[in-house]
Amino acid sequence: MESLIKYNLLQADNTLILAQRNSEWCGHGPVLEQDIAITNISLDLLGQSRNFYQYAATLINHSAIQSTDNITEDSLAYLRTEREFKNCLLTEQPNGDWAQTILRQSIFSNYQYLLYEQLQNSKDEQLAAIAVKALKEVTYHVRWSNEWVIRLGDGTAESNQRMRTAIENLWPYTGELFENAVYESALIKEGIAVDNSLLKDGWMKKIKAVFDEATLLIPEKIFMQSGGKEGRHSEHMGFILTELQYIQRAYPGSEW
Amino acid sequence: MTEIKNIEEQKIWQILEEVVDPEIPVLSVIDLGIIRDVKLLNSGSPSGAGGIEIIITPTYSGCPAMDMIAMNIKFAMIEHGYKNVIITSVLSPAWTTDWMTEAGKIKLKEYGIAPPGKLSDQSDESIECPQCHSHNTKLISEFGSTACKSLYQCNDCKEPFDHFKCH
Repeated sequence: MESLIKYNLLQADNTLILAQRNSEWCGHGPVLEQDIAITNISLDLLGQSRNFYQYAATLINHSAIQSTDNITEDSLAYLRTEREFKNCLLTEQPNGDWAQTILRQSIFSNYQYLLYEQLQNSKDEQLAAIAVKALKEVTYHVRWSNEWVIRLGDGTAESNQRMRTAIENLWPYTGELFENAVYESALIKEGIAVDNSLLKDGWMKKIKAVFDEATLLIPEKIFMQSGGKEGRHSEHMGFILTELQYIQRAYPGSEW
Repeated sequence: MTEIKNIEEQKIWQILEEVVDPEIPVLSVIDLGIIRDVKLLNSGSPSGAGGIEIIITPTYSGCPAMDMIAMNIKFAMIEHGYKNVIITSVLSPAWTTDWMTEAGKIKLKEYGIAPPGKLSDQSDESIECPQCHSHNTKLISEFGSTACKSLYQCNDCKEPFDHFKCH
């Protein structure tokens, strides 16, 4: 039960934090249509995170772990501390320029697609249902972000340079996606969680095809950062939570 | 969608016809295909006096209209005298535009939004302009004013328009 709660929080935190990052573009997109696109993606991710948080809250309330407080999707998003968040380091990286935002989305969406494709077959019915629903949305995200990687990579000298800088900045955070945390390993054996290590080849193949078309190169083997899944985050995470949780921290229980 | 079993349930379906999508007010929740079932609780009691349960499914995971739609359904039922109204949201099976009614698709088109095609038939990708009915149209953006729509423009009449994505 504890592993299943953590697994839900991992999926919820990944999508919430990336949604929060993307939402920073609201009103600042390079053109109106793309401002709308990135915030629509943000909304899809937020919806997915709500589904995972709601399920996690149900599990927590039905387990003996919590005795007094009634846990909700909101308390999980707004009242946990940095070390309790399990999102991968990739999702919390700064937006940078449009190229970096696009690349982060493409890296994550291509991973998320493969993940949910497998999660549809999870022995846990609710996880499977969330995955089936989300997969349709992620299909758009994959198409949109890959097209942009190609457009910028195979665009002008400047857009190509920006894309290469983005790859340099973000590549060290791709390795963590394919690691399995202890709580994931436990669930993989039961047929509930997806074995991330098995997704790597498919992901690499897809990214390689996109990069080839975009005239971009996959970096050589480099050191991979990790720790997010265990709650060890980069320096950016505290700032994200400060903004995300401000209202509930300053005015506990406020509603509108 | 389950078969409508009796007159009491039929009444509830009729009320649901009046509840519309706040983002696309020409579509009822039935047109949208989000009502999965209607149940009379403690059946046997008249007019659903024992309470009713309405089972809905969200369109997109993050559709912000869903909370409002659930609330509007509840209000509509209370307005018609139902007391114990439970709205249950289920994720599975996942909503698809194939559940949208044909009447709904016609209403959408008249409203100026190109309706979704059938999920199984993706061969004909050209989207018809709801204004001049030309098929000479182009995609401007995969994402439109709401999660369920993409943005198109007609190459003939030049009018930009929303397309309800086939999902």
